[in-house]
Amino acid sequence: MTRLDRFLDAFFNAKVMDKYLPDILAGTRLTIELAALIVLSGILTGLVLALLRSLGFRPLNWLIIFTVDLFRSLPPLVIIVLIYFGLPSAGLSPSSFVSTWLSLSLVLMAFAEEIFWAGIVSIPRGQWEAARSTGLGFGQALINVILPQALRLTIAPLTNRTIAITKGTALGTVVALHEILGMASSAVSNSYNPSPLMMGAAAYLVLFVPVVVGARWIETRFAWKR
Amino acid sequence: MPTPPIVSAKGVHKHFGHLHVLKGVDLEVADRELVFVIGPSGSGKSTLLRCLNRLEQPSAGSITVDGIDMLSPATDINHARQRIGMVFQSFNLYPHMTALGNVTLALRKVAGKSRAEADELGRAALERVGLADRATHRPLELSGGQQQRVAIARAIALEPRVMLFDEPTSALDPELVGSVLEVMRSLRESGMTMIVVSHEMGFARAAADRVLFMDHGLVVEEGTPAEIFESPRHERTRAFIGQIRRH
Repeated sequence: MTRLDRFLDAFFNAKVMDKYLPDILAGTRLTIELAALIVLSGILTGLVLALLRSLGFRPLNWLIIFTVDLFRSLPPLVIIVLIYFGLPSAGLSPSSFVSTWLSLSLVLMAFAEEIFWAGIVSIPRGQWEAARSTGLGFGQALINVILPQALRLTIAPLTNRTIAITKGTALGTVVALHEILGMASSAVSNSYNPSPLMMGAAAYLVLFVPVVVGARWIETRFAWKR
Repeated sequence: MPTPPIVSAKGVHKHFGHLHVLKGVDLEVADRELVFVIGPSGSGKSTLLRCLNRLEQPSAGSITVDGIDMLSPATDINHARQRIGMVFQSFNLYPHMTALGNVTLALRKVAGKSRAEADELGRAALERVGLADRATHRPLELSGGQQQRVAIARAIALEPRVMLFDEPTSALDPELVGSVLEVMRSLRESGMTMIVVSHEMGFARAAADRVLFMDHGLVVEEGTPAEIFESPRHERTRAFIGQIRRH
C-alpha cells in the first residue's frame, strides 16, 4: 500500500462512505431544518428587539441590553446543556432538537439585535429629522427611511454571525441530536474509519457555500452608489 | 385690519443641559413675508428655526403656526408639520430612494395620496425646482445644488404655509449656490412665507422683507435689509456685518 492509498483508505473509504451515506444525509436534513428555524427565529426576534430598543424606553432598554449581553457572553454549549438538562426540573422536557433550536436562536437573537441596533444608530440624525419634518411619525420614519438604510449595512456582519451560529448546530451532539456531525462521529466510532467525517465536512460545504454566495448577491443587490 | 401672523413665537427659551441657547425670543412672521435670520454661530438661530416645527422642544414659551398651537400636547404634531416645510443645510435626502421617491414619501404616507396622485404632485414639485428630468436619479447621482433643490421640492410638495430654510446654501460649492437661491427666489415670488437662516447677504438684500440679527440667544435688532446691513444700531450687529462682508 502506498502512502496515498493509505490516506485514501482512511479518509475516503468508498465502502464506509457507501454504508453511512444514508445516515449523513439524514443528519444533513436535520441540520438544514434546524438551521433554517434558527435563522428565522433568531433574526426576527433580534430585529424586533432592535426596533423596541429604538423606542428609547429606558427600563425596556435595560432589559434588552441585559438579555443581549447575557446571551452574547454565555458559550452556546452551556445554554444548550442548561436548557436540555435544566428545564426538566421546571417541569418542561424539551427534546434535543428543541433545546438546540432554542439555545442557538437566543444566541443569534442577541447578536442580531446588536447588529441591527448598530445599523439603526449609524444612520445620521438628519435622516430622522428630514422624515419627521415632513410629518412622518416615528414608526413611519423608522420603517420607510431608517430601516432600509440600516438593513443594508447589516447584511455582511449578519451573514457572518448567522453562519457561525448555525454551524453551532454541531453542539447538539452533546444532547444526542442526530445532526451531521453527530451522525458522522458515531459512524466513525462504528466503522473505525474517519471517512464519514469527510462526508460530514462535504455536507457542511454544500450547506453553507450557497448561503455565503447568496449573501454576497443580496449585498450587491442592495448596494447603491456612495 | 392687519392679517394675523402665520408664525408667532413668544418668549421662547431653550436649554441644552447647562447651555441656555434661546433666552426668550419673540418672532412674528406675516403671511407672504420673507424673514432673514443672521447671527454668529452659536447665536441660537438654527435652534429657533428647529423649535418652530418642534424638531427641538422649547423649554418655555409659546409657538403658533397657522393658528395651531405647536406646543400643546393635544396638537397632532405630524399633521401640523405638513404645514411647515423645512430645508436643511446637509439636504438630508433619503439615499435609498430616487428624487421622486424622496418627494412622494410624505405625500403617500402622511397626506394619504395614492401612488399615482403622489407621483403627479411629486413631478410637479420637481418641475418647480427645475429638476423634472432628474426624477429617477438617486441623490448621490445629483450635484449638491440639485440635491438641495430636490429637498426643497420634498418640502413644497406638501403645500406648506411656511418654509424654514436652515443655512440652505452653506454646504454648497460657490458655483452651485445660485441655482438654489434662484429656486428660493421663485418660491418667494409665488407668495410663500419663508424664514431663512443664512448669510447670503445679496439674496437677503434683494428678497427679504425683514432681517433679524441674533446673538447669544436673543434677537439683538431687526429691520429692513438696508437698515441692518447699512446702518445697524448695535455695536454687535455692526461687528458681525463687518465680518461677513470681509469674506
